[in-house]
Amino acid sequence: MKNTANYMKITLAGHSKNESIARMCAAAFASQLDPTIEEVSDIKAAVSEAVTNCIVHAYPDSIGDIDIKMKIIGDDTLYIKISDKGTGIEDVDKAMEPMFTTAPEDDRAGLGFAVMQSFTDSLKVRSKPGKGTAVTMIKTLRRRGRNGQTD
Amino acid sequence: MSVEIIHDNKCLTAVITGELDHHSAADIRIAVEGELERSMPDMLVFDMDGVTFMDSSGVGLILGRARTVKQWGGKVRISRPSPRAEKILKLSGLSGLIAGKPTGKETAK
Repeated sequence: MKNTANYMKITLAGHSKNESIARMCAAAFASQLDPTIEEVSDIKAAVSEAVTNCIVHAYPDSIGDIDIKMKIIGDDTLYIKISDKGTGIEDVDKAMEPMFTTAPEDDRAGLGFAVMQSFTDSLKVRSKPGKGTAVTMIKTLRRRGRNGQTD
Repeated sequence: MSVEIIHDNKCLTAVITGELDHHSAADIRIAVEGELERSMPDMLVFDMDGVTFMDSSGVGLILGRARTVKQWGGKVRISRPSPRAEKILKLSGLSGLIAGKPTGKETAK
């Protein structure tokens, strides 16, 4: 029991109103690591971007499943995997270029991956056209009060 | 999320309250775009003081409206973004649109 890391798995329907629910779930799960307000905000933004990508790009004409898996690694690191079974990305490197978007008319800034990248420690994107996309993010938290009192 | 539109001469201010994500940006876009086309202001200000969360959808909203007002030579400014929102704005290269921050003197008052 002691060695089983804590984890959470949820599946949300790809409705845009679920973007805020995904953020709230991620923040709630992360709270056990006693993150700073800034860290919570970074996690919420990164999750929001990944989930929005699923809704806008993976399922452009339908409502599909968005799977969110989070787990704790060690005592201070958060693992977040957000995956879909949607259209997939033809060229992941191109999609990850800042300001690149396939949906400018929909007010997309092309910054989703840039936000995920800069607000977490590591971002991996795996995608197969026609099969879906999985985004994995890892973030190590400073943890308030870890060395007595830091704040 | 809510958006309140304030007209002041040739300046239109959109006061945004709550969470600004892809879901809420769609409604804000419709509300602001309608007012812009009606009044064609010289200046559009996004007042972000009441924004509790923002992701890159906020950037898309601002860029899209900047394109609209540019059609008649109008400009966009961002007022009172939170430090969190500012982080996203910086990443997107939009920090130049942030309206002058209060000086040390004003803050001391």
